[in-house]
Amino acid sequence: MTATQPLYTFLLRLGDDHLILGQRVAELCGHAPMLEEDLALPNIGLDLLGQARALFSYAAEIDGQGKSEDDLAFCRVERDYLNALLVERPNYDFAHTIVRHLLHALFMQQVWAALEDSSDSQLAGIAGKAAKETAYHVRHTSEWLIRLGDGTQESHERAQEALDILMPYALELFEDDAISQAVADAGIAPQPSTYYEAWSNRLGEILALATLERSSGSVVLSGGRRGQHTEAMGHILAELQYMQRTYPGLSW
Amino acid sequence: MTQHTPLWEVFIRPRNGLSHRHCGSVHAADATLALQAARDVYTRRGEGLSIWVVPSADIVASDPQDKEELFAPNADKVYRHPTFYEVPEEVGHM
Repeated sequence: MTATQPLYTFLLRLGDDHLILGQRVAELCGHAPMLEEDLALPNIGLDLLGQARALFSYAAEIDGQGKSEDDLAFCRVERDYLNALLVERPNYDFAHTIVRHLLHALFMQQVWAALEDSSDSQLAGIAGKAAKETAYHVRHTSEWLIRLGDGTQESHERAQEALDILMPYALELFEDDAISQAVADAGIAPQPSTYYEAWSNRLGEILALATLERSSGSVVLSGGRRGQHTEAMGHILAELQYMQRTYPGLSW
Repeated sequence: MTQHTPLWEVFIRPRNGLSHRHCGSVHAADATLALQAARDVYTRRGEGLSIWVVPSADIVASDPQDKEELFAPNADKVYRHPTFYEVPEEVGHM
């Protein structure tokens, strides 16, 4: 392991979270439940894609193998993607889309805030821009979740089901390992577990307004950070990578 | 659908010193979501610094049938236009 490898892996994990969640949100372009969301969700997806680009560019730079951000985004095999499982979960319904996004955005709000004080000035710069975008993602998805939860009986049931299903995946975001330890030791970013308390408190406030219950279980569904994905991941990559697989090096 | 998401009129102020201008409408369940929808639909290209949303149902509008009595009488009163004054050179662009 070279000295820069933990940072490289750290950047890929964050970048893959944003790339895959951005792809998931972009799937709703033209399919959102109302016209206003049809614009709002791809807007948010493009924010995520922009954040992924910044992280991949930096990762490619410190990797020093002459790769580009596109190589990292499009030309890896499934096992080399290190996103958390949460972001690859499908858009079963609007409640899933909103809950998935809120759980991730609340996490990223903490991450970006911490990275603004990172010893790594390039990461601090990326975080400064991304924090504003993420603040809006939290606002958008939390306001929606409050209305879904405190809306009709059906919207409440769907929101509660999405929360029950997605919460075990969200807990993967807070897992520490040797990579995150090395990154923390270098003063680049805190261990993920340190974000949990503030995340949980903020989520609790939103769920109270949404009249939703957080299940008491502490099951964690994880593996994405090590490249072990759910069955959904291959389907995402099939679409995401289609052009580069079919026409390698294509650009326009 | 409009039963749960009524129509809201959107007004955007492009920059400081200008007034809010009507730019369109959105459907939304309440004021907070209407403001968000307006932001997402109408300010994606940096069009605004401030947004107003107003329930469309709260706008009181003139009746098109009244247009003769409301507006036609102004047509022959050209003296109300400030076109009979010479603007001094030093005033510049007005």
